[in-house]
Amino acid sequence: MTVLPDADALETALGEAERRGEVAERRRGLLLALPSFAYMVLFFAVPLVIVLVYSFATRTSSGSTALSDWNLEAYRKLGEPIVRNVVIRSVVLALITTVLCLVIAYPFAYFCATRSATVRNLLLVAVMIPFWTNFLVRNYAWRLLLSSGGPISSFTESIGLGPTEILFTKTAVVIGLVYAYLPFMILPLFASIDRLDWRLVEASRDLYASGPASFRKVVLPLTMPGVIAGSILVFVPSMGAYVTPELLGGGKETLLGSYIVTQFLTARNWPVGASLSFVLMAVMLVSTIIYFRAGGKNL
Amino acid sequence: MSGRSIAPTTRWLLRSNSALVIAFLYAPIILLAVYSFSGSRIPGEWGGFTTEWYARLFDDSRIQKTIGVSVRVALVSTVIATVLGTMSALALERFKFRGRRVFDALLYLPIIIPDVTMAVMMLMFFTQAFDLVDLLFGLGLSKGFATIVVSHVAFNIAFVSVVVRARIAGMDATLEQAAADLYANRWQAFRYVTLPLIAPGVLGGALLAITLSLDDVVVTQFVAGPGSTTLPVYVFSLIRKGVTPTINAVSVIMLLASLTLVAGSVALQRAQAVRGRTNSE
Repeated sequence: MTVLPDADALETALGEAERRGEVAERRRGLLLALPSFAYMVLFFAVPLVIVLVYSFATRTSSGSTALSDWNLEAYRKLGEPIVRNVVIRSVVLALITTVLCLVIAYPFAYFCATRSATVRNLLLVAVMIPFWTNFLVRNYAWRLLLSSGGPISSFTESIGLGPTEILFTKTAVVIGLVYAYLPFMILPLFASIDRLDWRLVEASRDLYASGPASFRKVVLPLTMPGVIAGSILVFVPSMGAYVTPELLGGGKETLLGSYIVTQFLTARNWPVGASLSFVLMAVMLVSTIIYFRAGGKNL
Repeated sequence: MSGRSIAPTTRWLLRSNSALVIAFLYAPIILLAVYSFSGSRIPGEWGGFTTEWYARLFDDSRIQKTIGVSVRVALVSTVIATVLGTMSALALERFKFRGRRVFDALLYLPIIIPDVTMAVMMLMFFTQAFDLVDLLFGLGLSKGFATIVVSHVAFNIAFVSVVVRARIAGMDATLEQAAADLYANRWQAFRYVTLPLIAPGVLGGALLAITLSLDDVVVTQFVAGPGSTTLPVYVFSLIRKGVTPTINAVSVIMLLASLTLVAGSVALQRAQAVRGRTNSE
């Protein structure tokens, strides 16, 4: 027998200490995360599960919800013409908004990316400021501008075009949505154009590509991640928009967001409202996955 | 760089498009501010300069009350969300623990979830929870200040955490190790090394949280009680009835509040950039 511990034992002891250190480290991490983890589970995950459960419940004739008779009724209702029209209308409006944003934002982002650092920073801050200002106020501003007898209408009247009646039409909603989400399109586009390797563009010009051809075949494909990311960032909130259509569309043609709110606050059909919210969230989740695949996280 | 090979017409088009974009972004806000001083009773019509609508705000007790609720909700929810968000950011960036991936995913959801869905979730949750509390303890709870704060914290933790994580990710981890080598205990290392380094991120996250809390209409509308409504929810209900000169004035005040917050965050970023530059020299 030796008095000194042999090498093997020492190694196991050291390994043990290291393992214990690691366990303690993990415990510390968990402890640090625990308060917000618990908060998010209680006040986010549980509510999410409740919505899911309700989407399978039945609406009783009195307007309350019976949590016993489970079925797919609420999801089947989504196929009915009324709901389907609301969904189609929202998708179309969101698509128009996305395309308009893309057409307006791409040249702007390109212009930004090809300026000196000072001008570029100024322009980017100029884009960010409205994006940070109160969303409701930005929508209200358009309500004021477009109102009958308002600035735009009196302007068109004074130049002999007659008063414009845009407020409470789809056009007004699209204007409001483009205004609200344009920065979401500009920023990822800028990031991808800024990262473009201009030597490739020069190479294409050296190989006798015309300006438009080199844009179509080199610049556009290389900045596609920005286009995809920006489009998703605009399309997704436009789909679920509630405030803008309410204020500028006048609630005449119901969109998805307003329809869901109505199911809860006035129609009292919680299962249908719940199933629609869940479908809306699924659309967002799929879009987000596409966004990450397209490299949106790195923009 | 580029731009050399661009045709003059294209260059001119790019330039005017950019000018139009900036005009498009700012004209509505500026016009709103101008019309808030218009003496006409019709909100979109110019009728001479007046500050009457602002003076009226000071007499409007309903607006005063909702401003009070908004500010209190924003402050309380921002403090809670900033502490919880920073803790989760540290845990996610610096530690490995069981359930880390689930937690990470859970913290992404509030950012991507549509407002309307979040609102529906919170409404259903509180309805169920209050029924349960009533059944178990016989307490008749109702929606109000607390439910608004709880909901705002629920979406703001995620935003604070993202901002702080970005800051921690850009931070040199060896500094904390150096502190530990110099016999600082964990708390000292955090207090004197980590916290000062992540402070701009924490502040940036807090500014974002306060902005989002002051901005929110949809979620708050679902979880507010009859006695406690925030300013945006109240203004939203007013606008739906029609535009008035008073709403113009309130809007400009809300605009100023958010502009102050933007100025704060821009100044913060600038200070960060300047410090970064001096550090690297």
